[in-house]
Order: sequence, then structure tokens, then C-alpha cells
Amino acid sequence: MKLQIFVTLKPGVLDPQGRAIHHALGSLGFAGVDDVRAGKVFEMEVADNTDDAAIDAMCRQLLANTVIENYRVVKA
Amino acid sequence: MKTAVLVFPGSNCDRDLAVALEAVTGTAPAMVWHGETELPAGTGLVAVPGGFSYGDYLRSGAIAARSPIMRAVVEAAGKGLPVLGVCNGFQVLTEAGLLPGALMRNGGLNFVCRDVALTVENGDSAFTRRYATGETIRVPVAHHDGNYFADDATLDRLEGEGRVAFRYGEAVNGSARNIAGLLNDRGNVLGMMPHPERRIETAHGGDDGRRLFEGLVEAVGA
Repeated sequence: MKLQIFVTLKPGVLDPQGRAIHHALGSLGFAGVDDVRAGKVFEMEVADNTDDAAIDAMCRQLLANTVIENYRVVKA
Repeated sequence: MKTAVLVFPGSNCDRDLAVALEAVTGTAPAMVWHGETELPAGTGLVAVPGGFSYGDYLRSGAIAARSPIMRAVVEAAGKGLPVLGVCNGFQVLTEAGLLPGALMRNGGLNFVCRDVALTVENGDSAFTRRYATGETIRVPVAHHDGNYFADDATLDRLEGEGRVAFRYGEAVNGSARNIAGLLNDRGNVLGMMPHPERRIETAHGGDDGRRLFEGLVEAVGA
């Protein structure tokens, strides 16, 4: 089973990298970009019988730091 | 006193910490590789060094915090063993759950490498007993991810409990409430971004960091 796990900063957590990317897009002349938030995607290949609880535990224990980040799992 | 310095792939301040600890204890610390599962018997203090453990992959300190030796350190800290984390060591301690909050990319995105003024906010801990509360000291910082974050309720609680050990006396990295160093609830774990081990003799340009190690030895007992 293929998984995509999206890890993004929680709303309200300042994202200086996103802000710098936003600024650079403006420098390139792209108008109308209101906000940019940077994050991570993990593409994983796991055993078909991997249950949701185990996937959730992987996210909580390692892939995301839940103090500052949210995660979202998409099964392909 | 027997001390131990953890060594991860990518640690680069482990030897500086070893020099500082040997200077004040008279005995070279045990250098403990991350793959070990136990601390040396009789260890009275563990120091987690600065550097770029595991190349800062995933998040600074994230992989090191899940290494075998850190399981032993978390367990020992729970029983009261003093643990000092400097720079990447602070990041490792937050990732391991020994300290609250997280250290994010510096607010200005720059790697900050210079001397900074620190205010000693709590001079009563095992780590800060040789400083006076309110005293200003100067020690260097050298980091990219020192921007301390915790939610407001957590920050209020930390302040109320006297757990902010050191605060920047100037804007450095965007840290919430200029927090530079933090104690755990029991007071036996300190994480700090500045490097006291780089200021232990006047030849370093100052020795303001030395008293942290001297105080620790005094507190833990020889």
C-alpha cells in the first residue's frame, strides 16, 4: 500500500520559510499570491495490512512534531 | 563525579563539552555513542552536545531523540539524573519530550553565530546556582533552529514556575518571550541554545559559561 503523509505547520505557527518563498514569488512578478506555508510530504510503501492505528502512531512518534505540526494521511 | 557526553553522527560540540566537564570535575567524561543502550554505571550527569545530529534530517534533533541511548537518558532523567542539552542537545531534549515546546527555524532564516547577552532568570537551579538571578552574562550562540515555540498557556506556565533559566537580552532568533534556556518541572534537565562550554576560560574571550559547570558539580556532589 502506498501512503502519502502531509506534514504542515499548525495554523498560528509562524513560518519564516513560507514567508520567504512568498516574498520570492512576489519578486518573480507573480501577483495575487496571498499566503505560502511550507510543509513536507512523505511517500511510503507499507504492508497492505498496516492498520490505521499504526500509521497514526508513526506520524505522532516520528514523522510530525505535534507541538507545531499537523499531519494528514492519504492512501493511494 | 562521573559524567557522560552523548555522541551522535554529526555531533560537533561533544569535545568542547568534554573539555569543559574535565576542567571542572578533573575527570574526562565517558563519550557515549548513540547506539549504546545504557549509560555507564555511576554516571552523575549527562550532557547532550551541539552539532547537527543525523544531518538535521526530518527536524533538528528528531532522529537523535529516538536513538537507543536516548531511551536510557529519558528513563534516567525521570529518576532525577541531571541532563544538560546545549544547542542541538536542546533540540534533542525537546524532541525526546524531556522539555516542552519546539525549536524552529530562526525567525530571520539566518544562521546566527555571535556572542549574545543572556539574563539569568532563575539563579536557584542546579545549573544556575553560581549565577545571581537577574545577572547578565555573555556566551556565544551558533544555530539555525533556535526559535523557541510553545503555545501561550505553556509559556505562561513555564514563566510562572520559574522554568525559564536564561533569556536573551536582545533579539536573536525570534524565540517566544526571548527564551534561551529552559528547565524541566523537576529542575534536573536544562536545555539551552547558547554554548556555555565555549566560554570556560578567559582565553576563549570570557569565562561566563564556566560557573554553569562548576555549579552543577557542586549541586550533584563530587
